[in-house]
Amino acid sequence: MKVAVLQGGRSLERGVSLRSGARVEDALNRLGHEPLPLDVGGDLVERLIAERPDAAFIALHGPGGEDGTVQELLEILDIPYTGPGVAACVRCMDKTLAKHELREAGIPTPDWFAFNATAFRELGAADALEQIEARLGFPLVVKPASGGSALGVKLVSDRDEVPQALIAGFSYDDRVLLERYVRGRELAVSVLGSDALPIVEAIPRESDLYDFEARYEIGRTGFVCPADLDGETATAVTEAALRAFSTLGCTGFSRVDLMLGEDGPEVLEVNAIPGLTDTSLLPQAAEAAGLEFEQLVARVLELALERSSAAALK
Amino acid sequence: MTEPREPPHRRRSHTTAHDIERYAGLFAERTQGMRSSAMRDLMAITARPEVISLAGGLPDTSTFPPASFAAQMTKIAQESAAEALQYGPTEGFEETKDCILEVMGAEGILPDHEDIIVTTGGQQAIDLITKTLVDPGDPVICEAPTYPGAVPVFSSYQADVIQIECDEDGMRVDELEKVLDRLADEGRRPKFIYSVPTFQNPAGVTLSVERRRRLVELARSREVLVAEDNPYGLLRYEGEPLPPLYQLEGGDYVIYLGTLSKILSPGIRLGWAVAPPPVMEKVVLGKQAADLCTSTLTQYFVREYFAEGRWREYVDSLVGHYRSRRDAMLDALARHFPPQAEWTHPAGGLFVWATLPDYIDTADLLAKALRENVAFVPGQAAYVDGRGGSSMRLNFSASTEEEIDEGIRRIGQVIWEQVQLYETLTGELPAEALAEERGTRNEERDQPGGDVVPLRKRGTGGR
Repeated sequence: MKVAVLQGGRSLERGVSLRSGARVEDALNRLGHEPLPLDVGGDLVERLIAERPDAAFIALHGPGGEDGTVQELLEILDIPYTGPGVAACVRCMDKTLAKHELREAGIPTPDWFAFNATAFRELGAADALEQIEARLGFPLVVKPASGGSALGVKLVSDRDEVPQALIAGFSYDDRVLLERYVRGRELAVSVLGSDALPIVEAIPRESDLYDFEARYEIGRTGFVCPADLDGETATAVTEAALRAFSTLGCTGFSRVDLMLGEDGPEVLEVNAIPGLTDTSLLPQAAEAAGLEFEQLVARVLELALERSSAAALK
Repeated sequence: MTEPREPPHRRRSHTTAHDIERYAGLFAERTQGMRSSAMRDLMAITARPEVISLAGGLPDTSTFPPASFAAQMTKIAQESAAEALQYGPTEGFEETKDCILEVMGAEGILPDHEDIIVTTGGQQAIDLITKTLVDPGDPVICEAPTYPGAVPVFSSYQADVIQIECDEDGMRVDELEKVLDRLADEGRRPKFIYSVPTFQNPAGVTLSVERRRRLVELARSREVLVAEDNPYGLLRYEGEPLPPLYQLEGGDYVIYLGTLSKILSPGIRLGWAVAPPPVMEKVVLGKQAADLCTSTLTQYFVREYFAEGRWREYVDSLVGHYRSRRDAMLDALARHFPPQAEWTHPAGGLFVWATLPDYIDTADLLAKALRENVAFVPGQAAYVDGRGGSSMRLNFSASTEEEIDEGIRRIGQVIWEQVQLYETLTGELPAEALAEERGTRNEERDQPGGDVVPLRKRGTGGR
């Protein structure tokens, strides 16, 4: 089968995406498929029309690839693609939207306030900062509404640092969240099809936050999979993750990031298209479930084709 | 459906969680100091054609005449194919050293042949010197900011890097003296002082003659080596040349590092080091272990190129290009950057160093700039201690004047947005008022005897 591997693009996570893509190509080769690497740019539609792949494996991260844009184009071209559909991607990409949906569905997510730059420029939102800080307490987390890999995420320990953190956040997106910091353990639950894979715990070795550099460097972060949790807690975490996955309408595969604090698990975000690099969490979880990377890729592809034929029957 | 195929010699595609831990256990301790960075990942985007990159340090190789390149390579192929394809001496060919002496002679230095080793780029020269001199934990002193490419070298040998603040006249040698005193009190001996005294990368500043004299005096009296890295000395756009440290000191305590990367080609990877014989002996052994010899083919090319006798002409043509580009950048900065920004006025080299208000982190700002299809190097790459977060390095050699103007305009725009947002958030003085206030403060500061302010320079005419 000819499988286009969509990767690169111009998101800030281009480098990560190229690494994910290369691994997927490799696996597809080994599975006997014909991978067609496509660095996503202005000629994407033209190339997809010319090459007519049987399916597209989306190994893109960040805006453009993970936000439903590429998915929409693939729908129009009638090419089956991996991972969640357009609507789910839109919801996951915007952390504000995702958090509203999660909260409405009764899934715990840390308190937050979100603003765009206009609110500060034109509506005097700065005057509300004091109340926000009082409500969320310190430390608090400031992060861009979209984007992944912890780019632009700042842990702020007092109010003097807030403006600077907001400026940093607005470098990545026009909308920024201030979020209550949950002290606790960092967990990730990957969902494949409708099954939760074993829980991964990330244990940063150096910094307070699981930052971008730690994420992609072998040896910087310790991972435990399956995470060392008692049965009840593990069930609660898995339940929360599965509910978050379905609430946001995800299909195929995605990764749910949670914090396990004193009050139990709280969902931070859902990554519609999780990283597939050597140090990414989803492949590690699959491995713990006895799925080698090739098998993971094969399963993700299979789910894409199933969804597409189900849609065709409607 | 295609036939299953097994491409030969390909790494297995799955690296498992178990593998990751297994490799992590195998890594040498020194790899802890070898960091990839978020910045390097962001830089993946700068390779895209629509991005105006002021981030590189690339010389412009587009004006090198292809016909001359072809003629030289053809001559080598016809006349010395067997030799050019063979190994060469570890120290490099004598003929290559003749060419190096021509280049050094142009800056008033004439070392002995035996004191020179030809290296695979100037980068290898830094590596070999560090390998020869530094044990884990040894202090190495360099400028703040320093050449970003030197930091990983020092880190990989687990040096304790100490950075000395720079101002418009280069490294603060008075600060250096204090650091040397402190180290002496602690019973620690710095192995060498790494400096790019002329048209520094990244700051673009040049060490003054007085400081040069004081630096070599210190090197002699404290018996500390100075590694003088001089890739840009011949790329001067204004003013009179200053004597290299090597010339001032005589070569007992100064190791000289040179390269053809910026005056001929970085692709040929040809650099060199000049060191006192006992140091050289170890450097040669280090080079032997690293790569046996510098590319013979490259050295043959250099020999042919210098035989043509027009290398100086080519450097002069580069100087003409780069001067216009520097002027274009300084002009664009004055028009497009907000008054809260400051930048250096380089008399040569390839870089301008700009510093923004401290609430702007240039690594984050880069993300915003990339959305506008423009790139620069965030300042923190030039520091080992997290400083430099509000500075940026801007390269003017690798872009046209139009690109430079447009690139600076876009960066200026994103800075303006951040500055205005910050003012909104904090209720600080608006930019214009601040500019006025600063104007008066600057006048006060410029009085003789005033404090030296690190790298303070507004690009207001006067060049």
